[in-house]
Amino acid sequence: MIVTNIETVPGKAIVKHLGLVSGNTVRSKHAGRDLMAGLKNIFGGELKGYTELLTESRQEAVQRMIDQATAVGANAIVNVRFSTSSVAAGAAELYAYGTAVVVE
Amino acid sequence: MVDLIFFLVLLLLGYVFGQRAEKRHFRSIIEREKQLRDILVFSERRIPDEDKLDGTLVCGSVVVSVDFFKRFVANLRNLVGGRVSAYESLLERARREAILRMKEEARRTGAKSVWNIRLETSSIYKGAQQSIGAVEVLAYGTAVKPR
Repeated sequence: MIVTNIETVPGKAIVKHLGLVSGNTVRSKHAGRDLMAGLKNIFGGELKGYTELLTESRQEAVQRMIDQATAVGANAIVNVRFSTSSVAAGAAELYAYGTAVVVE
Repeated sequence: MVDLIFFLVLLLLGYVFGQRAEKRHFRSIIEREKQLRDILVFSERRIPDEDKLDGTLVCGSVVVSVDFFKRFVANLRNLVGGRVSAYESLLERARREAILRMKEEARRTGAKSVWNIRLETSSIYKGAQQSIGAVEVLAYGTAVKPR
């Protein structure tokens, strides 16, 4: 599966468009991480726990998008975009979407 | 009285550690930017000569927290309005770090340039009462290498 965030796949012609595919995941942080983050809020600096959590969740959202694209018979996804929104206190939704295509 | 002392201690801790962390972070950013200078980043969508290239998506993200001192300064600034430079440097740091991580991933894939870069910023809150002030910056783009 080739994933790009431009309109084309470099070096390959798009044969067929298969429409929008997307993947999402909603994650919350566990109490231990929140405690550490609370401490870090006094001293400042990077919240490594959160960075890891969000990176993992984003990979999962991308994986779900890829699964969906495979299910419709695509071999590439173009024009991928990410979006993050906080649904409720302590939980965030990570969303990835793009256009599933068949390239030669 | 005890509350006031506690508050001042927190403020001092935030100032000392926050400023030190920020200086150290900026030094490391400048250092790594020099190392990764050969990877070019464009916000342009069209890639010239793209039929000789292979592309793949690369991402980099970082979550940076505000410190107690910065938050206090920003709250004061809220009263009179104007530039909140305490937060400006925080966001600049986060953005440059995210771009650097994206470049590092591009280098791992063997790419020489990254196209159509997008930056996305979102804030993280735990809740109104015990709010955690932190900002996440995500940078993503299409890394290309000759096939």
